Amino acid sequence: MNEENKGKGSGGKKISRRDALKGLATVPVAGAVAYGAIRKSHYEHKINRLISEELSMSPAEADYTLPPPGTREIRIGIIGFGIRGKQLAQALGFVHPSLIDDWRAAAATDENDTRYSDFKEQQALNVRITAVCDIFDTYGEMARVTAGNLNREGTGAKIADMPRRYPDYRDLIASPDVDAVIIATPDHWHGPMTIEAARAGKHVYCEKPLTWTVGETYELRKAVRESGIVFQLGHQGRQTSSYIKAREALQKNMLGKVTLVEVTTNRNDPNGAWVYPIHEDASPDTIDWKQFIGQAPWHDFSLERFFRWRCWWDYSTGLSGDLLTHEYDAINQIMQLGIPHSAISTGGIYYFNDGRTVPDVLTTVFEFPDRNMSLLYSATLASQMSRGKRIMGHDGYMEIGDTITIYPDAMSTRYAERIAEKVIEPGKPFYSYFPGKKGVDAVSSATERYFAERGLLYTYLGGKRIDTTHLHLREWLEAIRNGTQPGCDIDQGFQEAMTAHMGTLSYKHHKKVFWDEENEKIIV
Amino acid sequence: MKHLTDKQAIWLVLLRLAIGWHFLYEGLVKVIDSNWSARVYLLDSRGPFSGLFHSMASNERILSVTDFLNEWGLLLIGLGLILGILSRWASYAGMLMLLFYYLSHPPFPGITYSMPAEGNYFIIDKVAIEFFALGVLALFPTEHRAGLARFFRRKDQNFE
Repeated sequence: MNEENKGKGSGGKKISRRDALKGLATVPVAGAVAYGAIRKSHYEHKINRLISEELSMSPAEADYTLPPPGTREIRIGIIGFGIRGKQLAQALGFVHPSLIDDWRAAAATDENDTRYSDFKEQQALNVRITAVCDIFDTYGEMARVTAGNLNREGTGAKIADMPRRYPDYRDLIASPDVDAVIIATPDHWHGPMTIEAARAGKHVYCEKPLTWTVGETYELRKAVRESGIVFQLGHQGRQTSSYIKAREALQKNMLGKVTLVEVTTNRNDPNGAWVYPIHEDASPDTIDWKQFIGQAPWHDFSLERFFRWRCWWDYSTGLSGDLLTHEYDAINQIMQLGIPHSAISTGGIYYFNDGRTVPDVLTTVFEFPDRNMSLLYSATLASQMSRGKRIMGHDGYMEIGDTITIYPDAMSTRYAERIAEKVIEPGKPFYSYFPGKKGVDAVSSATERYFAERGLLYTYLGGKRIDTTHLHLREWLEAIRNGTQPGCDIDQGFQEAMTAHMGTLSYKHHKKVFWDEENEKIIV
Repeated sequence: MKHLTDKQAIWLVLLRLAIGWHFLYEGLVKVIDSNWSARVYLLDSRGPFSGLFHSMASNERILSVTDFLNEWGLLLIGLGLILGILSRWASYAGMLMLLFYYLSHPPFPGITYSMPAEGNYFIIDKVAIEFFALGVLALFPTEHRAGLARFFRRKDQNFE
């Protein structure tokens, strides 16, 4: 073995041929690895070219950013300070000191609990809550303290300028120090309150669904249009970046002819089924029951009905109004569907036999013959199997959540050549979008997709997680300042309301219902 | 130091090439992909040191340094092992990187990750095995038997 070395002495200066061979023996191995990496990159480059050049998807992150808040202060009145009212106040920058205490305690024990720091960093929107109204005394007082917690502090905070609490919402709307109102009441109050506010010239942000009855929907639209107020319906999904990107993918015809869209609700806990806790202070003495009933049929005082109103048609619009509307509005935003030609619903109360009148399982099929497609809504409140939203086209299908993933269809006409060339493979996603990730993201790794789908990557704005409700309110406030209309305006809201009503009416009447487009009427 | 037999040297060189291959390919893929970042991997960290790795993911500057060191560290360690140059340093550097990977995703009972493992691991996983294998390579160098180090041999060195 050592003969050559012996010949020239140990470590001789001259390098023999044998030495050179042994010295270079492993170089080809590095070459082989480099070849493998280059091949992989070449393959990915081909898909990226397909996505960015042939399909011309923009590499930019979906643009849902908004300009910095304007400087003009907007004075807001909040009507309804239950679960959603509190969330909306938080999205505006106001929370009760006790909640700050809770968040701080949670952050102290769990470093991943960033609710406190997220809230502290949430941009101020230059608004002041100058009036509050809740017919439950405890919530009404909480609303005042929340509105006065200007410095976002915990217990012991200096609460300045507590706004006036109005026992009657009409007085709040009429108040001269209110420019705009936020309505977060039970469904049967959305219509009357929005109409009253519009007629008083106050801008409105109203929680979904737009209305409780078909009739008030026309009146509401008329009042909003005639008054010229800035109206936003509360579908914060409008500010979800993946929806914006999904819309682009459809505009670029990545899926080919779409014939079926499936949207779902999958919940499996009492809270998700609207069985909310009953507050210990609640009683006929602390609740203005008569005002709660409003236009609903009379019923004697009931704590269940007050706190769990979503379970009764008397105040609620059921699954159709509460949860289908979010799904429909997402697809309407992505595909501009408009009101369907027909709807047929079926379902029942199959799990929560707690005296409720609204179904806990519902399936509705909407037809859009002009678009040659159906929209299927399928919901259960007693299984959490997550099905997401799926848009199915001849050339590919798309799954939408906080992310989007597009798969080619094996029988695609458009991609047939690419499939034959093995540039894209059926069953394997060829385009994914994750919020916060830059660049054309055609071939993200399985790992990354796994992380993203499990919420490790979220809706990011400049690298930060942002509450979409905050962005949705912000869009409304900027529209007020600039005299424009926001994304979920009265026309979008009208479409949402009529679609939801068609689903409900079909369920109640056990028959298919139709939309008479010419006369703008639902035919049962 | 006792000389290695040819068979021993061949198997050690093969081990060196295999680990080098693994490092180099991982490094090249990351360097070529301009969008690659360790962020999601760090965010998925669990176990006693997860706080450190989560904070690395959340700080943009630290993250970009981490990304750079990962990409080029893997690539250079892989090259060192395959080409047989500075391979002892490459082995130690590789062990350090593997230690970080192990601590960020320890295969301890009761800890689950977003990405399911392809096998079943209890305390020892493939990262740990690669770590020990690099320890062996660091102590049984073969770069003078097959590798560029042969050209830089000092006069007094003779490993054969």
